[in-house]
Amino acid sequence: MMLSRLKRDLTMAEAARTPGGARVDLLVVADMVERGAKVLDIGCGDGELLRLLAETRNVDGRGIELSREGVNEGVAKGLAVIQGDADTDLSDYPNDAFDYVILSQTLQATRQPRVVLEHMLRIGRHAIVSFPNFGHWRIRLQILLGGQMPQTDNLPYDWWESPNIHFCTIKDFRRLCEVIGVRMDKSVALNAWGSPIRLNVPWWFWNLFGEQAVFLLSRKG
Amino acid sequence: MVEAVLAPVDRVREADEPHSHVVRFGSDKPLRLDAGVDLAPFQVAYQTYGTLNGDRTNAILICHALTGDQHVANVHPVTAKPGWWETMVGPGRPIDTERYFVICPNVIGACMGSSGPASTNPKTGAPWGLDFPVITIRDMVRAQAMLLDHLGIESLFSVAGGSMGGMQVLQWTASYPERVFSALPIAASTRHSAQNIAFHEVGRQAIMADPEWCKGRYFTEQKDPRKGLAVARMGAHITYLSDAALHRKFGRRFQDRDNPTFSFDADFQVESYLRHQGISFVERFDANSYLYLTRAMDYFDLAGDYDGVLANAWKGSPTRFCVISFTSDWLFPTSESRAIVHALNAGGARVSFAEIVTDKGHDAFLLDEPELFAIVRGFLEGAARARGLPAQRR
Repeated sequence: MMLSRLKRDLTMAEAARTPGGARVDLLVVADMVERGAKVLDIGCGDGELLRLLAETRNVDGRGIELSREGVNEGVAKGLAVIQGDADTDLSDYPNDAFDYVILSQTLQATRQPRVVLEHMLRIGRHAIVSFPNFGHWRIRLQILLGGQMPQTDNLPYDWWESPNIHFCTIKDFRRLCEVIGVRMDKSVALNAWGSPIRLNVPWWFWNLFGEQAVFLLSRKG
Repeated sequence: MVEAVLAPVDRVREADEPHSHVVRFGSDKPLRLDAGVDLAPFQVAYQTYGTLNGDRTNAILICHALTGDQHVANVHPVTAKPGWWETMVGPGRPIDTERYFVICPNVIGACMGSSGPASTNPKTGAPWGLDFPVITIRDMVRAQAMLLDHLGIESLFSVAGGSMGGMQVLQWTASYPERVFSALPIAASTRHSAQNIAFHEVGRQAIMADPEWCKGRYFTEQKDPRKGLAVARMGAHITYLSDAALHRKFGRRFQDRDNPTFSFDADFQVESYLRHQGISFVERFDANSYLYLTRAMDYFDLAGDYDGVLANAWKGSPTRFCVISFTSDWLFPTSESRAIVHALNAGGARVSFAEIVTDKGHDAFLLDEPELFAIVRGFLEGAARARGLPAQRR
């Protein structure tokens, strides 16, 4: 329930949209996927990304979603969606079953982000992970000056009801990738207006000005 | 379509001369049974609704449950009650007969016009009784495939069914994957659990303990094991509901009285309800059929046909699946549906899965469940797009 609420809030919040109506962060994710690939979207919400991928990339897409409403909306759109939990159900999937396994805006809500990421790269050749960057300057300022847990348009919850239990910064996420030996093939940070930040800036700049980050990952070696 | 309502006594005639379509296969087209014998001649009774399109791509096969029959969406010829899935199947319903051509056969072993123990044994001219060979879910599906061959339908747009119907759906996708474009197994399982076999055994023993059962020869002995069959139905009916649903419907309320009678009358509403369920069931169902069909469910173990590895049943399956379960179903619990989904995923099949919150138990698939209707409608809509069927007119 909480995850789907988060999704909806993200959708309805000031998340930047193209004239066509698609969310920019989803377009960034879609850009990383090869045409005709087999894709698993973990925490697929109402299926917006899967639909975008099917329409623009001709992918064979599957979704996992925790909330019943999300599953029903997805199935009603003709998508293949399973009710399930990223923390418990990924172990049931065989190795190399997908070309891409996507975790969009959900990593911070999982109980074991490391285990989830390891499963993603076992099930899929590539993983795509997007998450809100807790190192963004506005969040840092709210803790530094306000002395309380930050709330933003994208992260509207009070701490006691937030589904987000494992926030991380872009720097933190890079460290996880090093720890479990994951190669970063592509990375994109989006600023507060949802536009990608220029590539030729140092990591600390991304970590300060990127409100969201999207990574394309693959197994090392 | 059925107009006249039959007197209960005519139920027996339905077994040979049903009030529906029927196709009779001669000795040249035997039904090969898992038991190792050929059944010939034999017949399959079926109903259809809607119109088959020119490309023959819009046919949906409905598989009925243990005590169901082919009368999905018309008045039942014996009971005069509405069809058992009228909320799901019909014009504008989720399985829309204005778009799809719906076929529902009576299963082999049943008593509403497909060959079963109540049918006449051509060799003796008397009802088969226990001389009828034991049949399996796979045999039912084989007979249905022969019916489709007869109707000239090579590929089904969808196969749908709940409970024992769901077992047939799963068997269809394993036996004839290339003939099934999409599949809707609802409140189903790939194997009957020990608990479910145990419940069925209690029902069978109730029938066989009735002196009027006469070792299955009650037709020739002019008897009718009504009491045994009614008890079997009463016991089974409890398993189709849930503790919460029984409490909500009846609680501990008395039936037409304010105080206990200090007797063994049906003091409680729930007793009265169960007795009614038992009595009305025997008006339309054959006791031996009940033995055969429960046995077929007990024998069902899909993984057993694939070296115990369920995923192998669906390796490279081209079928689109939508698996549905209900939270309060303790007969075919959600864990059984999840096992199906895991195996489908492992086999790389395209699968959707939804669990619906309800207190109505196993029977929820037959009842008014708006969420079930929305999911079935949406799933078929998506499959219709993928199949290239014309969009809904509304």
